[in-house]
Amino acid sequence: MRTLRQASPRDAPSWPEYFEQRAAACRSPLLSRYFSSGTAAPTTPVGDVEMVALDLETTGLDPRRHAVVSVGAVPFTLDRIRLAERCYWVVQPTRPLSSKSVTLHRITHSEIAEAPDLERILPELFEVMAGRLVVVHFRHIERPFLDGAVKERLGEGIRFPVIDTMSLEARRHRLSLWARFRRWLRRPPVSIRLHDSRLRYGLPAYQGHHALLDALATAELLQAQIATHYRLETPVGELWS
Amino acid sequence: MDVELLEIRQHMAQFPPFDSLSDDLLDEVAGQVEVGYYKAGTDILTLDQEVHDLCYIRSGAVEVYRRNGDLYNRLGEGDIFGQFSLLRNHRARFPAAALEDTLIYFIPEPVFRRLCESDVHFADFVELGRPRLEAAVEDQKKANDMMITRVRKLLTRYPVMVEATTTVQETARQISEAQASAALVLDAGGENPRYSFTDSEERLWQMCGILTDSDFRTRVVAEGLPPDTPVGRLVGKPPITIQSDESVHEAMLTMLRNNIHHLPVLHRRRPVGIVHLSDIIRYETHSSLYLVSNIYNQASPAGLAKLAPDVRAAFVRMVEEGANSQMVGSALSTIGRSFTRRLLELAEQELGPPPVPYCFMVNGSMARNEQSIVTDQDNALVLSDDFDPERHDAYFLALAQRVSDGLHACGYTYCKGEVMATNPKWRQPLAVWRGYFRDWIEDPTPERLLHSSIFFDLDSAYGEEAYVEQLQDQVARQAAKSPLFLAAMARNALNRTPPLGFFRTFVMEKNGKQNNSINLKRRGTAPMVDLIRVHALACGSSAQNSFDRLDDIGNTQLLAPGVGEKLRYALEFLAMSRIRHQMIDIQQEREPDNNIEPENVSDNERHNLKDAFQALSNAQKFLKYRYPLPSRSARSR
Repeated sequence: MRTLRQASPRDAPSWPEYFEQRAAACRSPLLSRYFSSGTAAPTTPVGDVEMVALDLETTGLDPRRHAVVSVGAVPFTLDRIRLAERCYWVVQPTRPLSSKSVTLHRITHSEIAEAPDLERILPELFEVMAGRLVVVHFRHIERPFLDGAVKERLGEGIRFPVIDTMSLEARRHRLSLWARFRRWLRRPPVSIRLHDSRLRYGLPAYQGHHALLDALATAELLQAQIATHYRLETPVGELWS
Repeated sequence: MDVELLEIRQHMAQFPPFDSLSDDLLDEVAGQVEVGYYKAGTDILTLDQEVHDLCYIRSGAVEVYRRNGDLYNRLGEGDIFGQFSLLRNHRARFPAAALEDTLIYFIPEPVFRRLCESDVHFADFVELGRPRLEAAVEDQKKANDMMITRVRKLLTRYPVMVEATTTVQETARQISEAQASAALVLDAGGENPRYSFTDSEERLWQMCGILTDSDFRTRVVAEGLPPDTPVGRLVGKPPITIQSDESVHEAMLTMLRNNIHHLPVLHRRRPVGIVHLSDIIRYETHSSLYLVSNIYNQASPAGLAKLAPDVRAAFVRMVEEGANSQMVGSALSTIGRSFTRRLLELAEQELGPPPVPYCFMVNGSMARNEQSIVTDQDNALVLSDDFDPERHDAYFLALAQRVSDGLHACGYTYCKGEVMATNPKWRQPLAVWRGYFRDWIEDPTPERLLHSSIFFDLDSAYGEEAYVEQLQDQVARQAAKSPLFLAAMARNALNRTPPLGFFRTFVMEKNGKQNNSINLKRRGTAPMVDLIRVHALACGSSAQNSFDRLDDIGNTQLLAPGVGEKLRYALEFLAMSRIRHQMIDIQQEREPDNNIEPENVSDNERHNLKDAFQALSNAQKFLKYRYPLPSRSARSR
């Protein structure tokens, strides 16, 4: 239950309990609807879970100073990633866009000028997230940014369990005995960035930094991680945080 | 296009059959794929599992097996599988497993169906209608030189042009002088801009008609017109013309459509020549014909040897212009026969007339009219039965020696197996040859036939053709009646087998082994020719060319319907592939050989070669079953 404790450090209701409470307490009908779609029990085998790979491209790493530029989401299961159901939005950042992040995300200023505010895409975003377990690479972006953005617009925040493919890599390459041994030898740590992690599983090199492509890349990485290190029967409670 | 799917789309666009899809269709596919990851060693399709997608390998490698567990194919990045199951009963016919960690793009069936309906290439590739190999060969045929060669290439001289006031007699004189067969009739000035042009001296002319050889007969002589009639009076309307950058094919169609034999060729509006129907007909074989006439003009073996580079040049030109394997094979055989004949003529000039009649026999690929640019000489002498070794053999040995040495100097190297007229065993009177063939056919063993099967492709190149015709007839008559002979020939035809296909930069063998190159003659064309020969002998055919033999076989019930066609396409593709790679060798100034290296094989060629190997392999299996070695009791009877 270590992972669960990380997720909700204080009084630790389980994720399904948290969703139930929020569904009842939320004033925003949008949020209430999202939470009432529920989430998987921690004991559910990962092979049986409907998931959605989510990627936000942002103007920086700090949710208080930076803003969301684009959102990509791809529904999938361990069997199939369903590109036909993909979602992708460019949104109007509430904070100015530096030219560096423009080149990084391959999004132009004119694209952004025509883009809607994030609030306008929330109904669709919640719909694709509803009932699906969110999968991200590096959870410290998607969850806090989304929480902050939703709080700004609806007055209430949002939390949800995520499987973080980066922390699954970290378990292997940063926390294991072997990784500590490497560290002791002062070898550089193995990179657990999305691109480098994919290469370890023989996955093709995609040109990163596009929200939808990164979401697809993350979904593929999870399929590979489960196929390599876990089983279809592995309970999601052991994977999420 | 959504930029985010470029990654998928661009990958697919590199590989057949997606490389030929329109952008719109490609976008549709990229937006609909489903993705799945398979760890090395895990199953992707299990036998009889329901299949609802076409599988595309994005990365990794996949092995496909037959029902009995034999390896069917090893596939890599950009390859597809599962199409046969989709097109048939939606059950996996062949199971597939990941050989390496593999990422698969699944293309859902509705998308697959749309691709089949909207793109002919795609449908052909997945063999919705006709087999892929057939489509490939037919497409090659369509891409023939006539489609790509521009009509201006046929022009040899400027047209004869006369003013409308010129008399018919003067016009006829000018046509004769230019050794032409038509003249263009011009008016000074140009009221009609469509037909007007300026000549090199900036004078304005207008084309008002064409007068051909046959017009002189029908419009002048038959009408009894006087010789001083101005030609202007004979022509009615401006002629049908063609632009110089149109294809030869288009020129031919224009002639057929309008039922005309002369077609003025224009550069913009200025006439630059007149093509005649015969120019087009002569065109395809022109360069090899020229070479042949040059061969007959040589006065010495040394002169002939100097033509060897021309043979390669003619070969390259033919291939570049899209000739098929039969055109190349028969042109090269004609050239080879011409060298042989000329050498014999020169030898007879030197040695005097032969003491008894003889026929110079050619064997192997030259006899089949399937010669390639890499070839040795296989020949023999069939002498009159009046031959007396004591008195005559010195002459024929000298004759054979001159031909053999001369051919070697021309690039037809000595036969390693000594199948040459210089070998006394193969320099014998007709009666002895009859005995040879009788023994081979009536008392065969695979071992004995191994070295003599080359004689079962036989043709005369010079001299008393009747001798070799008699031998051909004898073979056709006797072979079909000897199951033992056919069985022995069939056994030998199975000595060389095709590989399974290609995987990345390797040739895949059936046992999973990988090699760096493949001898396409040993592993493709030769075993194919061998097995066609066995069937041809079994049905009493006296044809020598493999395609002619397939025609004869097709007139019998020997092969199941459609099998003969499959073999024809497979042989054509194998032969063409070998020819193409030899052409590449020559162009890159390497010595041409029969090897092809997988890295030089395009994706499409890989798929087609794989199909051809498969057809050959199936045909070999049938051969074994069709011509079993008779049991001992049957043999003694």
